[in-house]
Amino acid sequence: MKDFKEKLSGRIFFVLALSSISVLALITVFILIKGTPLIAEVGLKDFIFGMTWAPGRGEFGIFPMIAGSVSVTFGAAVIGVPIGICCSIFLAEFAPAWLSKIFRPVIQLLAGIPSVVYGFWGMIFVVPLIRDYLGGPGLSILAGSIILAIMILPTVISISEVSILALPRQYKEGALALGMTHWQAIYSVVLPSAKSGIVASVVLGIGRAVGETMAVIMVLGNAVALPESILDPVRTLTTNIGIEMGYAEGAHEQALFATGIVLFVVIMIINGLAQYITRDKNKGRR
Amino acid sequence: MTDTKIKIENLSFFYGKKQAINDFSLDIPKNRIMSVFGPAKSGITTLLRSLNRLYELIPDTRAEGRILIDNEDIHAPSVSLTQLRRRVGMVFDVPTPLPMSIFDNMAYGPRLSGIKRRSELEGIVEQSLKMAALWEDVCDRLDTPAASLSGGQQQRLCMARVLALKPEVILLDRPCSGLDPISTAKIEESLQELKKQFTIVIAPHNIQQGGRISDRAVFMLSGNLIEEGTAEEIFANPTDKRTADYITGRFG
Repeated sequence: MKDFKEKLSGRIFFVLALSSISVLALITVFILIKGTPLIAEVGLKDFIFGMTWAPGRGEFGIFPMIAGSVSVTFGAAVIGVPIGICCSIFLAEFAPAWLSKIFRPVIQLLAGIPSVVYGFWGMIFVVPLIRDYLGGPGLSILAGSIILAIMILPTVISISEVSILALPRQYKEGALALGMTHWQAIYSVVLPSAKSGIVASVVLGIGRAVGETMAVIMVLGNAVALPESILDPVRTLTTNIGIEMGYAEGAHEQALFATGIVLFVVIMIINGLAQYITRDKNKGRR
Repeated sequence: MTDTKIKIENLSFFYGKKQAINDFSLDIPKNRIMSVFGPAKSGITTLLRSLNRLYELIPDTRAEGRILIDNEDIHAPSVSLTQLRRRVGMVFDVPTPLPMSIFDNMAYGPRLSGIKRRSELEGIVEQSLKMAALWEDVCDRLDTPAASLSGGQQQRLCMARVLALKPEVILLDRPCSGLDPISTAKIEESLQELKKQFTIVIAPHNIQQGGRISDRAVFMLSGNLIEEGTAEEIFANPTDKRTADYITGRFG
């Protein structure tokens, strides 16, 4: 009887675990079925490198959107990563205990704010600021980068901080006992040792930035054109789906799913990269 | 008895409100090996770390009393912390190679003190590695990462790295605790050479090791100095009953 119970509970957990994976599989298959025919019809090269997105005329080139995603994500990384890493160093190495006790939950909270709130704040506050002081429409790569930079901060900070704190205490003590100053120890021992964790935090942050939709719809301006400066509006892969899904039909709908496939592949590559980096770190440890 | 290198006067040490060392006084002679031993939590590591002020990493710690090295108070405001730590080198119970090549590990300290010329650095590296009995093992692969060495080699690297700083005092906190007998023997052997140039304070990882290597020894219990004397006195004929009980294995 006991044996039967053991087996039964094992089965139940297996089925539940399977269901979550099968949902993922189902979505993947669905997107592939919906999207691939269009890519086959247009041709992969023309789809990815095509400059014109005109669903009404049957022209489906998503290169402006790829350029939009890349530029906004890159901008977010340029702004967010240095701030995030410095913040994690401060929390792990310099901040007194009481201060990090306040900081940590606040940063976690930052991750919990719905993206539409960030977008709204960006639209009301950041966009006019850019328009008034830097020119252009305000709805721009710069606005999107600033909003995304704030949104990736929690990821970058918490994962970097954890990887710094996870280092054996002796690393730093050994460095200090050699007569290094605190900063020299951080620079030459702590950061190189925590490198893989910090890089992983950056990659995961970038993954989040690529996938973000709502906040960027509200501040990017969403024009389908190759940007010439960071003050130009752009459209990203995610916002392309978000904006047009409401009225898309037929080939147009297929094209949006095909955009989804491209996003899917990009995110998979980024997450795979993050996994690879963190696994490498564990191998290096004794 | 030779000159006193380190003079500890009425040292008391606190972690917050908890007292780890009580009114501890000890003279540590120059060019000798002094063993500090006792059961766990006796304040031995704390004592060693107070000699290079490494405890200051931990918030809310406090030392009272005086520690004089060559008659100079190490808590004096004029003492530079980095300078002190170069004079008083430390090897830990766990090897702590820096995440860089063997050569860079060795050259790190000398570079910090301003030595730039490659030939000079190479000389220091070779000499220090030889003193720590590691040169033969690594002379043909100085560019490989230090983490690729075995545990025993890493520990000797850490010792060599301290020697490259040209310190006056070397603190060793159970340096052989994770090592095999052969590596342990090599380290013990090199200590006998090193004491000719340096003053060595060691927390041996067991009583046998203490007996083998020390010139003088001090037994600590709950942050108190119980007994101090030559190694023969302490390990063969202790006068205090608690020392005798610990050495014969009746507690600890």
